[in-house]
Amino acid sequence: MTDLAIRALDGVPTTTGPMVDQIAFPERTAYKALVESLKGSGFEMCSDLCGIDYLDHMTRSLPDGVTPERFEVVVNLLSLSAKRRVRIRVQVPETAPVVDSLFEVYPGTEAMEREAFDLFGIQFTGHPDLSRILMPEEWEGHPLRKDYGSGRIPVQFKEAPGPR
Amino acid sequence: MGLEDLPHNFLTGRVEDLVKWARRSSVWPVTFGLACCAIEMMAAGAADYDLSRFGMEVFRNSPRQADLMIVAGRVSQKMAPVLRQVYDQMMEPKWVISMGVCASSGGMFNNYAIVQGVDQIIPVDVYAPGCPPSPETLMHAILTLHEKIKTGEITQRRAEGRPLEIETTPSSPWTPEQPVAVRLGTPR
Amino acid sequence: MSAYQNEDEVRSVERPAWSTKETSEGSQELRRRTDTPSDELGRESGAVLQMPDGRVLDPSQIDVDRPDDETMIINMGPQHPSTHGVLRLMLELDGEVVLRTKPVIGYLHTGMEKTAEELTYVQGSTNVTRMDYLSQMHNEAVFSLATEALLGVDIPDRATWIRTLMLELNRMGSHLMWMATNGMDLGSTSMMIYGFREREMVMSFFEKTTGLRFNNNYIRPGGVAADLPDGWEDDVLVICDTVLERSYEYDDLLTGQPIFRERTEAVGGLTAEEALALSVTGPLLRSTGVPWDLRRTMPYLAYDKLDFDVIVGTYGDNFDRYSIRLNEIRESAKMLRQLVEGMPSGDYRVQDAKVTPPPRARIDSSMEALIHHFKIFTEGFKVPEGEVYCAIESPRGELGCYLASDGGAKPYRMHIRGPSFVNLQVLPLLLRGGLLSDAVAVISSVDPVMGEVDR
Repeated sequence: MTDLAIRALDGVPTTTGPMVDQIAFPERTAYKALVESLKGSGFEMCSDLCGIDYLDHMTRSLPDGVTPERFEVVVNLLSLSAKRRVRIRVQVPETAPVVDSLFEVYPGTEAMEREAFDLFGIQFTGHPDLSRILMPEEWEGHPLRKDYGSGRIPVQFKEAPGPR
Repeated sequence: MGLEDLPHNFLTGRVEDLVKWARRSSVWPVTFGLACCAIEMMAAGAADYDLSRFGMEVFRNSPRQADLMIVAGRVSQKMAPVLRQVYDQMMEPKWVISMGVCASSGGMFNNYAIVQGVDQIIPVDVYAPGCPPSPETLMHAILTLHEKIKTGEITQRRAEGRPLEIETTPSSPWTPEQPVAVRLGTPR
Repeated sequence: MSAYQNEDEVRSVERPAWSTKETSEGSQELRRRTDTPSDELGRESGAVLQMPDGRVLDPSQIDVDRPDDETMIINMGPQHPSTHGVLRLMLELDGEVVLRTKPVIGYLHTGMEKTAEELTYVQGSTNVTRMDYLSQMHNEAVFSLATEALLGVDIPDRATWIRTLMLELNRMGSHLMWMATNGMDLGSTSMMIYGFREREMVMSFFEKTTGLRFNNNYIRPGGVAADLPDGWEDDVLVICDTVLERSYEYDDLLTGQPIFRERTEAVGGLTAEEALALSVTGPLLRSTGVPWDLRRTMPYLAYDKLDFDVIVGTYGDNFDRYSIRLNEIRESAKMLRQLVEGMPSGDYRVQDAKVTPPPRARIDSSMEALIHHFKIFTEGFKVPEGEVYCAIESPRGELGCYLASDGGAKPYRMHIRGPSFVNLQVLPLLLRGGLLSDAVAVISSVDPVMGEVDR
């Protein structure tokens, strides 16, 4: 199992981090094939899929050969037989935020990809039903983007009369 | 023909008291538990903090059969039209308790997703603070509501035609000498 | 053949004039079978896991013996007594039999992940704890563990054991609450009262230790907020003994009862392949026979020092999930006894002055302590740049926290993998072919908590 997993990540830039074995940085075009080969290597379950907007942190450290883009799709896979985790980070550009959907590989990513679409605007080709999931249907904008304000209303305490 | 249509004189005074006693002794809440406050509302209805002694253990599921809406939890933008629709379906007389800080004012979530206070959508009679308010706080709010029903202040307002809806332009600015809300003593 | 030409006409005839269209959610809702593309149809009828590799599903092949105009689309929720919070389910029914299901969520969306980017790490626990509001300590624990992994601090043993104690008490409280609501959904009001009665004991212990009954901001990065009070061992042992003894009463009330058995056995059956494909974890996964419990397989906190069993089911139906949760209550009682006996002495939080605030008494005498206190509570401590995905076993499944830091005092991105969010995907599969009353039982057995579904 260990050798198979490492073989699947050949040719892909990887790093390590806390609580995970490997973090892989495939290209957008090779992303789905890599996930399929990892599933064949024994990673039975996709734990988590989320998006990140790196607009305020474009100077993050990445391995050589990986060009930083605005968005990232982060996929955490879990192998129950070998009790290990692997993470995949795909760079998604702002001008064309489209990436392959993992629905055919792991049907459990359906709701997670809808959430990433709803909150970031990242589109997943091949997803059966890409509609908003958390925000109301007629909402405009993608709330978790860094250029979307938090919507905080100003609360002032200076003018209020004191206690009686 | 409700209490408001009765001529208000010493003969009908006893009838009014009877009706008010009946109304406050069996206020039936509608199930509108949204988030964490719903758990405290259920705990208030359960064994240790019993709401049944006030006649309120029966949470009607249909708003047509309920008198009281306890908005327990944070109201998101998606939930707001649903809240208004359920409130509209309730029959008069009806009351609203806004339970918890999220329902009263948006609470700790001052952001795009939460309505900053449920009184932006429906008129509220009693606000119960806390995050979540313990069942004792909720019971205090309920007893305050019972006092309000007992004094009849709500029905008098409606009879005089004073609006219960929130006015968008207040008729007079709030000053400390002229409070808008009725201050009630602690119910005994 | 339907007499209506388009959807607007259908809606204008079905809705009375006073009803607003504001509550409709457009493409998030269940549409008539003829209006739905084949991929989505496959997903809604639960056929996605049985689809051949060709992957083109002919819509007219789904439910061929039930023509489109004989079925009815009804709406359950979001205000409904048995949807466990604000879950809205749209069901396509043929009589009493459920064909297609589509959960519509988002009615409790609070923007907590956005709020987390504006709160410091000390304040982060208050935000995260309100997600899964039935097992609050688990949310706080996963956030604290993720932060500490990035910080690289070692937590003292006593703090770890106190956290484990709180987590197991919380698990017991959450499962008792589940037994209460599940019993209520299946018709047993007395189970509701019993569950809450037991839960009150756990709540009063929490109030004694942390100050609040729940949503207590107790487990923070660096340790816990305060030490356990005197006499806590007696309190915890009383809770263990009482709950254990009463759990056998629940067997009398529910487990052997014929109506309960008929309503839960062979209802909502799930296979292991389906569960793994849908990323289901927790009691749902264990009910299918897969012995996956993060406390045993990837231990965290003090679980590798405790002796407990992982409860596994066989058929994946409602009854298996019920017995798993009931026995997990008993296992938690067993673990609590071991925690009481083995609790080490020491600090309840790490002594790194940059991370945890100093004791209040020291502020009067030491200028350095005052400065540290000020910095920690106004600006917050800075966490080095990095990212981590940390997962623990909450009563509902794998609760994960993906934390990305840019070196500042606030998280750059905090994403919580809520187990209920992922477990809800199993509903179209489990509800298909069952009756409407089974739908209520299955939703209750999946145990969603909408706070972590919508975040």
